[in-house]
Amino acid sequence: MTRKITCIICPRGCEMTVDYEGKKVNSVKGNACPRGSVYAENEILSPVRTLTSTVLCEDGSVIAVKTDKPIPKELIFECMKEINKVRVQKSVSAPDIVIENILGTGANVIITGGEI
Amino acid sequence: MELIFHRKVLIIVMSTNNKKVQLAIIGGGPAGMSAAVAAHEAGVRDILILERDQRLGGILPQCIHNGFGLHRFGEELTGPEYARRYSELVRKYEIPYMLNTTVLSLTRDRKITAVSESEGLFNIEADAVILAMGCRERPRGALNIAGSRPAGIYSAGTAQKFVNMKGYLPGKSVVILGSGDIGLIMARRMTLEGAEVKAVCELMPYSGGLARNIEQCLNDFSIPLKFSHTVVKIHGEKRLSGVTIAAVDENRRPIEGSEEFIECDTLLLSVGLIPENELTRGADIELDSVTGGAKVDQNRQTDAEGIFACGNVLHVHDLVDYVSEEAAIAGKAAADFIFGKKSEKISIKLNCDGKVRYTVPRVITEAKDVNVYFRVSNVFRDSYIVVKDGENEIFRRKKIKFAPGEMETVKITEAMIKNAKGDTLSLSIE
Repeated sequence: MTRKITCIICPRGCEMTVDYEGKKVNSVKGNACPRGSVYAENEILSPVRTLTSTVLCEDGSVIAVKTDKPIPKELIFECMKEINKVRVQKSVSAPDIVIENILGTGANVIITGGEI
Repeated sequence: MELIFHRKVLIIVMSTNNKKVQLAIIGGGPAGMSAAVAAHEAGVRDILILERDQRLGGILPQCIHNGFGLHRFGEELTGPEYARRYSELVRKYEIPYMLNTTVLSLTRDRKITAVSESEGLFNIEADAVILAMGCRERPRGALNIAGSRPAGIYSAGTAQKFVNMKGYLPGKSVVILGSGDIGLIMARRMTLEGAEVKAVCELMPYSGGLARNIEQCLNDFSIPLKFSHTVVKIHGEKRLSGVTIAAVDENRRPIEGSEEFIECDTLLLSVGLIPENELTRGADIELDSVTGGAKVDQNRQTDAEGIFACGNVLHVHDLVDYVSEEAAIAGKAAADFIFGKKSEKISIKLNCDGKVRYTVPRVITEAKDVNVYFRVSNVFRDSYIVVKDGENEIFRRKKIKFAPGEMETVKITEAMIKNAKGDTLSLSIE
C-alpha cells in the first residue's frame, strides 16, 4: 500500500509517499532530509506528537506546559484529561516538571510559560 | 511648556522629560529583542527598547505550541521558550527596556514622543531608530460579512490570548474563517480543550498556512478544511447562533445555491495580518503597497536615514526564526550607522513579475551577498525561481512547490551585483 504523508518535523512540510505492507515500511520518497523518513515510518508504525497546553495555577491564572518528548497520538485526549487535573503554585517556572511520566509514556509534562 | 502635534491634535506638555539615546527600538517582541541583541554585540551600549505591553516577547508568550526555533537554535521550542532565549540575552547584556510604554509619534529626524505610567509624556532623540512594532490581525470590519453583530466572533489571536493566557474557552462549537497559521493552531487548541471545530473555510483554493499545520492541527483531528468557501452570513441575536457558508467561484464570489447553514456559537477569523505602520506613516516614510511595510534596502534601512525596520512591521513572516534573522541584520546595520561606517553606495533595484509578489529588500545598495526574501502569488509546482539581469538569466533554482503561505529566499551574490549590466535585477517564477 502507499500513503501520502505531509511531514510535520519542520516548516518545509515535505509531501512524502510511503510504500508499506501492514507494519512493514518498504520505502519513503519525497523527503528532503533523513528526519522525514523517520517521521514517515513512525506515522505508519505508531504516530507520536508533542502535546502543548496550559495548567491552572492556584490563583486561577494559567501557565503553558508541554510534553518533553512526543507521546503516542492516540493518547492525546487522555493526556489532556490528566493535564487539566493539575493545579500548580504560581511560583513554578520553566522547566519544572508538573507530571512525571504521563500515562506511562515516558514523557514528562513540563512548564514552558511564565516570566519572559 | 512645549507644544506637540500628535495626529493633528495639539498636546500641550507642561514639563517635558527629554532623553537622548544612541539607539531606540520601538517594540520588544522577537524583532525588537533580536535587533537589540545584535546592536549590542556590534558594540552599541546606549540602547532603549520601548514596549507597550507589560512584558517583553510580543505575541510569543501566547503561542504556546511548539515548532519555533528549528532554524535559529536547531531545536523545537514553544513560543515562550523562544522568547526567553532572547529576553535572557537582553538581561545578560543589561539592555534597558521600558514596559507599558506607548510610542505616540516618530519624526524623520528620529525624534520620538512616548508615554508611560511612570514617566508621563516624554521625548527621545535617537541617533538611530529600529521599527519593530509587529503586525495586527485583520478584523471582521474589513470583511463585509452580512448579518447581525452578536457576541462570539473573535480574531484567532484574540481567542488564543483568552485560552492560553487567561484560561477562558471562548466557545464550544466553532467555525473558523481563514486558514492562516493562527487559525489552524487555534482549531487544534480549541479541540484539545473540548470544543468542537466544525469547519475551517478558506476563500482561496489553497491555504495561507503551513502544510505541517494543516496536517497536525486539522487532519489529526479530522477537522474539515473547505477550500474556496467563505462565510456569507452571520446569525444570532445576543450570541452567535450560526453562520451561513457558501462556495465561491474563481472570482471569489459566492455561488448561489451552494449556501449551507452551520450551527455554532463561535466564529474565529484568521484572515490575514497587517503590519502596524501608523508611526512609520506619521514619519512620512515610504511604504510598499504590497507588503504594507516600509520600503527598505538590504540593511533594512527605510528611506529615512538612520531609521530601520524589521520583523512583521516590515512584512509578515511565517516563521519567527526569520524575524530574528532579519532583525539581527537591522541591529547590526543600525550599529554601523551609529558608528559612521560608510561603504561604497550603489543602487540595484529588485523587480518582481507578479508571480513573485514582493521582495525584501526592494533595493540593494552595497555589493555583498544578500539573502532576498520573497513570497509568491499562487501555488506553483515543479517551477523555478529565476533571476535575470535584463534579458540575461543569471540564476535558476527548481522547487517542487512554491506556496503563498511560505516565505522563500534567494541569495543574490556579490558577483551577481558587481556583474549587473543594468540597475535592475528581476525575479520571476517559471
